[in-house]
Amino acid sequence: MIEKIYDAVVFGGGSAGLAAAARIAGQGCSVAVLERENELGGILNQCIHNGFGIQRFKEDLTGPEYAERFIEMVEDLENVSIFLESTALEVTPGTPHSVFAYSKRYGVVKIECRAIVLAMGCRERNRGNIGIPGTRPAGVFTAGLAQRLINIDGYIPGRRTVILGSGDIGLIMARRLTWVGVEVLGVVEIQGYPSGLTRNIVQCLNDFNIPLYLSHTVSEIRGKDRVTGVTVTPLEEGRMVPAKSFDLDCDTILLSVGLIPDNELSRKFGVNLNPETGGPFVDAGLMSSVPGIFACGNVLHVHDLVDYVSEESERCASFVVDYLNGAYHTQHHPIVSGANVKYVIPNKYLPGMTNRFYLRSLVVKNKAELVISLQGEPLKRKNLAHVQPSEMVSFLLDEQDLSPVSESAEKKLEVSIY
Amino acid sequence: MKNSIYDVAIVGAGVVGASIARKLSAYTSDTVILEKEWDVSFGVTKTNSGIIHGGFHYPTSTLKGRLEVLGNIMYDRLQQELHFPFRRCGILVVAFTVEEMKTVEKLYMQGVENKVIGLELCNRDRIHSLEPKLNPDVIGGLHAPSGGVIEPYRFVFSLIESAKKNGVELRTRFKVVKAEKKKDHFLIQGENRESLRARYLVNAAGLYADEVSAIFGAEHLQIKPFKGQEYLLDRNAVGLPEKVIFPVPSTVSKGILVIPTPEGTCMVGPTAIEAINKEDLSTTQSNFEKIFHSARRLIPKISERDIITAFAGMRPTLEGNDFYIAISEMQPKLIQVAGIQSPGLTAAPAIGEYVKDLLKTAGLVLTERPDFDPFIEEVPRIRTLSPYEADALVQKEPAYGEIICRCESVSEAEIVAAIRRGHTTMDGIKFYTRAQMGRCQGGFCSYKILKILQRETGMSIEEISKRGPGSRIITDRVGELAVKPPPAAATSTEEGK
Amino acid sequence: MERKMVCISCPLGCRLTVTWEEEKDIAVKGNKCAKGESYAQEEILAPKRVVTATVPVAAPLAAAGADRRLPVKTSLPLLKRYIPALLTELYKMEVKPPIRRGEVLINNIEGTGVDLVAARSLEER
Repeated sequence: MIEKIYDAVVFGGGSAGLAAAARIAGQGCSVAVLERENELGGILNQCIHNGFGIQRFKEDLTGPEYAERFIEMVEDLENVSIFLESTALEVTPGTPHSVFAYSKRYGVVKIECRAIVLAMGCRERNRGNIGIPGTRPAGVFTAGLAQRLINIDGYIPGRRTVILGSGDIGLIMARRLTWVGVEVLGVVEIQGYPSGLTRNIVQCLNDFNIPLYLSHTVSEIRGKDRVTGVTVTPLEEGRMVPAKSFDLDCDTILLSVGLIPDNELSRKFGVNLNPETGGPFVDAGLMSSVPGIFACGNVLHVHDLVDYVSEESERCASFVVDYLNGAYHTQHHPIVSGANVKYVIPNKYLPGMTNRFYLRSLVVKNKAELVISLQGEPLKRKNLAHVQPSEMVSFLLDEQDLSPVSESAEKKLEVSIY
Repeated sequence: MKNSIYDVAIVGAGVVGASIARKLSAYTSDTVILEKEWDVSFGVTKTNSGIIHGGFHYPTSTLKGRLEVLGNIMYDRLQQELHFPFRRCGILVVAFTVEEMKTVEKLYMQGVENKVIGLELCNRDRIHSLEPKLNPDVIGGLHAPSGGVIEPYRFVFSLIESAKKNGVELRTRFKVVKAEKKKDHFLIQGENRESLRARYLVNAAGLYADEVSAIFGAEHLQIKPFKGQEYLLDRNAVGLPEKVIFPVPSTVSKGILVIPTPEGTCMVGPTAIEAINKEDLSTTQSNFEKIFHSARRLIPKISERDIITAFAGMRPTLEGNDFYIAISEMQPKLIQVAGIQSPGLTAAPAIGEYVKDLLKTAGLVLTERPDFDPFIEEVPRIRTLSPYEADALVQKEPAYGEIICRCESVSEAEIVAAIRRGHTTMDGIKFYTRAQMGRCQGGFCSYKILKILQRETGMSIEEISKRGPGSRIITDRVGELAVKPPPAAATSTEEGK
Repeated sequence: MERKMVCISCPLGCRLTVTWEEEKDIAVKGNKCAKGESYAQEEILAPKRVVTATVPVAAPLAAAGADRRLPVKTSLPLLKRYIPALLTELYKMEVKPPIRRGEVLINNIEGTGVDLVAARSLEER
C-alpha cells in the first residue's frame, strides 16, 4: 500500500478546499487535496451562470471562471499534491490523523497528517427528506442534479417541469431550463416571499413570464413510470388548504428545497456537530472539537456567496498553519445566538485579534439592528437595511470592540437582531 | 432448446417464482421463467419488508404455517451458497399490558407446537436487556432468535443467477397475454408477439395470479391488493434497534414494525390498507402520522428526521387466509401458487420444494442434474473490506477503487457486475449494489451511473430508464429542443408577484 | 408612463421607479449608483442580458458522448431579442480542445459588438 505523509490534508477540491490548500501551501506547509470527481472546482463547475466574484475580484464571473482562478493558484504551488477521483472511506483521528483514500489510479493510499481541513460541501435535500406523498415515478430530480446533467453532460431531464423552491438554485434552473427549450410551468414556494435574490426573480422568472406561486407547496406527485403531474396546494396561516389545490400537468419536478452540509466524514472523525447549522461546532480558528481538525465552506454552514466561502477558507487555513507551527491560541470564549438569530459562526472568539463572523437571521425585517452584547450590555451595534434568513450577514469584532471583555468575569457574547 | 418445448414455464420472477426456478435447476428438466417487468423482483417482492419470520404466528395446520417453519431453517445454507445479505438478528414481540402478554403466551405455545427452536418468553428485565431501546412501558414479550432480516431483491437476484447458472432460462419483458392448450403442452404468447411452449406451468404471478389463471383456463381467482406503506431511516438513526420489533398482532395484521436491515439501515411500517387497484403504489401523508406514532410507541427514539425515503408495496391477498399452492383442478399440468402474502418470503425456499413435489405428482419426471452447482460467484463489495484487503483487490481490478456512490461506498466494479448480470435499469443497479439508496438518494452518483450504463450496454442516454419502458431518465439532449422566443412584454418586476 | 423595476446590475437589487414621456425623457429614481440609471434606460429602450450556456466539445475518442461541455458566456449583456437565435446557434457548434478561457468563439453577435467567449480552459485529451 502506498503511504504518504503531509502536514495537512484537505477533503474536497471545491471552492473551500482550493482556497484553503492554496493558503496552507503558500505558507510553506505540505498539503494534499482529496477530490472525488475527475477535476477540481467542485460545484462551481456546473454553476455556469454569472454573479460570482463581485466582492472578491470586483468582476462578474461565471462559476467555472471563479474556480479556475483558484485552480491555477493551486496548480502553481509545489507543495500541493492533488488526488483526483479519490474518496476517503476510512479515517481515524489521532496523532497523527490517518486517512485511507480510495482511487482507481493508486489503489488505497494511507495518508498521515497533523491537520485536516473538512471542505466537503453540501448535499441537496431530496424528496425523501421532505416527504412529498404520491407515487415514485422517474422525473423527480433535485435542482443540483438537473444542473449537473444539463450543464456538464448536456442531458435534458424532461420537457415540462415544475420547480419546488424559490431559492437561487431553483430560480437559476428555471432560466437554464427555458434556455434549453424546456417549458417551466411555475416555481412553487412555501414561504410568502421568495428566498432567492430579487435580481434572479427578474432575470429568471419575469423575463420568461414564469409564474411564482408564493405560499404554496407541492402536495402530491403523480405518474406510474414517469411523472404525469403534480398537485399544488396553497397555505393559509401555515396550513395547507386542500380545497384550493390545483393540478399542473408536467413530466418533471425539480426540487430546490435546501442544502445539508455533508458531514459523514466529520462524524467518522468524532467531530461534534451543531444541529443549528448541520456542521461542526468550531472555535475562533474554525477548529472543531477534535484537535487539528478544521472546517470551512459549505460543510461548516451553507453559504450564499462563494466570495465568503473563499474568505472563510483562507482564514481557516491561516489558523491551520498556526496549528502546524505550534502557535495555536487556546483561550477562546463563546459567542452564542440570541434573539432572532438562527446561528453565528464561529462559535468562539479570540480577544486579541479581529474576529469575523457569519450569521443567519430567523426573521425578515427592514431597518434592523445587529446587537452584540456582553452580560446584557451592548458591546457593538450594526445597522442592517434588510435582513432575511436566506441572506447571510457578516460582521467583525476587533480588539477595540472586544476590550470590555478583559474587564469582565463573564466572557460569553450574545448576538441578536432587533 | 429454444425451438422445442420447455418442460416447465414459471410465470413470475418474484421470490416465489425464483425459488421454484432455483429448485428446479437442480434437475435436468428444461425450465424457463417469465417476467413481465424489465428485471426480476420488480413486482411484489421489491417492496417486501425483508423479514424472515420466527414461525410462531400461524399454526402448522395451515400450509403457510408449515412452509414458514420449513423455509426459515433453509436460509443459512442458502446464504452460504448465494451470498445475499442476511442476518439472524432475532424477533421480539412486545407486550404493554397483562392482556397483551396473554396473547404473547399463545404465540409462544404455537411456536413450541410448531417445533421452533430457541423461543423464549421474556419478563420485563429480560426483554429490555435484549433490546435496550424499547419503550420503558413494555412489560415483557416473546423472543424468537430464529427470526432475521434479508434484502429480498438481492435474494431474488442471487436465486435467478444460480438458476441460470444451472440451465434455467430467464425471459424478462415477457408479459403472458394468451395461452392455447395443445395436446401435451401449452402455447404461451407474450405481449410483444413472442411465444414459447411448455408442458407444465407454474403460476407464481403475484398480484396478477388471477389474470394468469384465467389466461390458462384455470380456477377463477380474485386477488385483492392490500397496500403497505413503509419508511426507510438513515443508518445513523439513534432509534435503530438490534432486533425486529413487533407489537402484539391484531386480528387484521401483524402491526407496524421496526425493522433493522442487514445493511444497517432501518424500516418502519408497513400499513395494511385495501387498495383501489393493483397499480396504485402512492404514499400518503395520513399514513405517515400513523406509522410514526406506532413506531415511536415501540422505540421512542424513532424520529422522522431520519427519513431517507418512503415507498409503498402491494400484497396479493386471496380469500381464505392461507397460501393457495396446489395442482389446478381445471388444468392438471398447472401448479397454482397464489395469495402468497406474509410469510411468503420466509416460506419461499420451502415453497420451491413443495412445488417441485407437486410437479412430480402432476407427472413431471425429475432427474437430478449431476453437475448442479449450488454456489454462485461472490462479488466483493468494497465497503465490507478492510483498507488493506481493498488495496489488494484494487491492484488486481482497478474499478474497485473508483467509488461511485459515496453514501453507501459502492465501487464502479460492483456496478459493472450488476450490469453484466442483466440489471440494466437504474433501479436494478440500485437493488444489486445499493448505489442511490443512501442519504443523497442518487444526487451524486446518478450521473456517473448513467455514463457507466451507456458504456457497458451501448444503450443511448434516452433509452436508460428507472425501471423499464416509460420510466426513462433523460428525454433529450441540449440542442434538440427549440428555444422559444421571449414573451412579448415581460411581466411586472414587482417583488413578490 | 411609469414602471417599477428592480435593478439587476449587482446583488443589492435597488428598487427603481422609472418615468418617461418620450423615449428620450427617461427619469430614474431609487438607484444607489450610476449603473442603476443605465440599467433602467436600457430596460425601457433595449433590454439586454448576459447569456451563459454550454457548447458541445468534439471528442473523437469518447465512447459514449463527449466527456463534458464547455461553458460559454457573452462578453457583455446582449439584446434580449437576439438570445434565442444565439442559443440555437451555439448548441450546434462544436469546439475542439485546447481552448483558452476567454477565447472568442463567436465574434460580434449580430453586429452588437458582443462576443461569445469560453468561460474556462479545456485541455486536449
